[in-house]
Amino acid sequence: MTATETPPDAGTRRVTTAKAMAEAIGLEMRDNPEVFVMGEDVGAYGGIFGSTTDLFAEFGADRVIDTPISETGFIGAGIGAAVEGMRPVVELMFVDFYGVCMDQISNHMAKIHYESGGAVKVPMVLMAATGGGYSDAAQHSQCLWGTFAHLPGMKVVVPSNPYDAKGLMASAIRDDNPVLYLFHKGAQGLVWMEKNPRSIADVPEEAFTVPIGKAATAREGTDVTIVTLSLSVQHSLDVAEELAGEGISVEVIDLRSLVPLDRQAVLDSVAKTGRLLVVDEDYKSFGLSGEIAAIVAETDPTMLAKPVSRLAVPDVPIPYSRPLEYGILPTREKISAAVKDLLA
Amino acid sequence: MTSLDRLAMYTEMVRIRQYETRIMQEYHADKTPAWDIGAGLIPGEMHLSAGQEPAAVGVCAHLKKGDAVTATHRPHHFALAHGVDMNAMTAEIYGRTTGLCKGKGGHMHLFDPENHFSCSGIIAQGYPVACGQAMAMKRRGTDNVAVAVTGEGAANQGAFHEALNLAAVWNLPVVFVIEDNDWAISVPRGESTANTSNADRAAGYGIPGVRVENNDVEAVFEAAGAAVDRARAGEGPSLLEIHTLRLLGHFEGDAQAYRSDLETVDERDPIPRYAASLMESGDLTEAQAEEVKAAADAEVDAAIQFAIESPLPQPEDALDDVFA
Repeated sequence: MTATETPPDAGTRRVTTAKAMAEAIGLEMRDNPEVFVMGEDVGAYGGIFGSTTDLFAEFGADRVIDTPISETGFIGAGIGAAVEGMRPVVELMFVDFYGVCMDQISNHMAKIHYESGGAVKVPMVLMAATGGGYSDAAQHSQCLWGTFAHLPGMKVVVPSNPYDAKGLMASAIRDDNPVLYLFHKGAQGLVWMEKNPRSIADVPEEAFTVPIGKAATAREGTDVTIVTLSLSVQHSLDVAEELAGEGISVEVIDLRSLVPLDRQAVLDSVAKTGRLLVVDEDYKSFGLSGEIAAIVAETDPTMLAKPVSRLAVPDVPIPYSRPLEYGILPTREKISAAVKDLLA
Repeated sequence: MTSLDRLAMYTEMVRIRQYETRIMQEYHADKTPAWDIGAGLIPGEMHLSAGQEPAAVGVCAHLKKGDAVTATHRPHHFALAHGVDMNAMTAEIYGRTTGLCKGKGGHMHLFDPENHFSCSGIIAQGYPVACGQAMAMKRRGTDNVAVAVTGEGAANQGAFHEALNLAAVWNLPVVFVIEDNDWAISVPRGESTANTSNADRAAGYGIPGVRVENNDVEAVFEAAGAAVDRARAGEGPSLLEIHTLRLLGHFEGDAQAYRSDLETVDERDPIPRYAASLMESGDLTEAQAEEVKAAADAEVDAAIQFAIESPLPQPEDALDDVFA
């Protein structure tokens, strides 16, 4: 399958984001014996956040491998298998656990291709759960995609819905580069966590790809552009629907990947609306929201009718208590208020 | 070990169990009809330590003021056994301003500097911190010790090995404790760990390693006593692996479909077993057992009342405390 192939219509089969991810992995595994999965609790448990649901039953312990709690060890092993030509899909349970294995991720997975002058490929997928909103506190609620995107050498994919989750996973597995695939727990459609209805949607049964590096216009509008990703896309779409009733037309750009970043999609939308709100559940400073603002500033700041607005976590660790956590997360209420401020 | 020691340990185990049983009830009480991990007065993940009380109680029985404990994502038993205030801890679990961390930490991140107690949600990462605490104690000339706790799954983490080597080469007063409850979430020990006793790993660092079988609080007490004495005497670190029991799921809501030993779990509960043993030896009467339970329940009731009546923080409070 090539990247130019047009993704199929969604059809009418409703699945969760988690199931869509697992389906994509399963389809690739059926198709390619070099694809295998490993990580903590990916086997009989099916992944703590459902990303490997039913794979163990179909493929067994030989291809869906439960690992010890040794992230440096098994992510490094994923890299090793990948440089030998296999296509491992490795799960880091929470992205917050990056601290114990960052050397393998940053100094090995992401650098080997460049260091080798292009001689060695690392075709692996590293997937990890991100995000907060359910009181899991400072060590289990971060997004951190900006941290990884800052480090050259790995693609960073962040789906917001079941269709993209499936298509981007297929692309990630087929990609000859290391792909960090970050899925938001609150967008997985898990039965045991509050979810936006957009976490369950129509997804084709067959294999298909969604290209990495191409943003989606999740909703067209003319007054304000929201550039966002992951669960915040779902929130932004809710807000856009609500504001449409008040005569405000919001365009929602779902970045879908940070690396590569679809800069043109941002520019095209801002050229149309003249107003830009970046909504990011990651930390505010030195991250994605500043990068998006820079795209416009470097290209043509005069296309802005108002200064860029950024709604992101205000540079504090994610607190536990609900009033504190919702005080710093980009909620629908805050998104709505920020859109109105841009139009005031 | 005196009869009073035995009664005190039994009392503390029951206190912890009654606390967690009640927390479990409260945790689930307002998550109906659709169970939502983020809902209710106690939101978020909840890792209960039921079944592992012998480890905390047998170890902490030897600790004194100034001794430190770093615990895990499953911290309640060690927190209570080490003297963390039940009211302040409960208020933290309820996310209140009167909590240990003013609602910022939650159940996996309990910090009590007065008792030198802390815990971390990241596997094995308390081990190096305990080395630093022990370093401070040693350099200041105290005879205090630092206790570091992890689960058996953590022994496959790099930080575990780095900390053991550091403590050994610097002769630090650390007692490394592994709670082996057989399960790293869904992964059984035998599928993740090449050796049968993590205590054997101590040999690689030239320090004593002891494995305590049978989840027996008195055996833990004996082994921990030797390790703490050694550390206090300036003779260096020890590693203690306690074979214990995860009576419940990894977290509340875990259906444990993967768990092959589920049928025998209840019969392995260490508390009824210890009660029976103490009654047989004449160290405990039925009436005393009732009193112990009633006293624990009263304390737990008061703690939960304190938490529920305490104020929730304001959203803007989230911006405080990033820096000193």
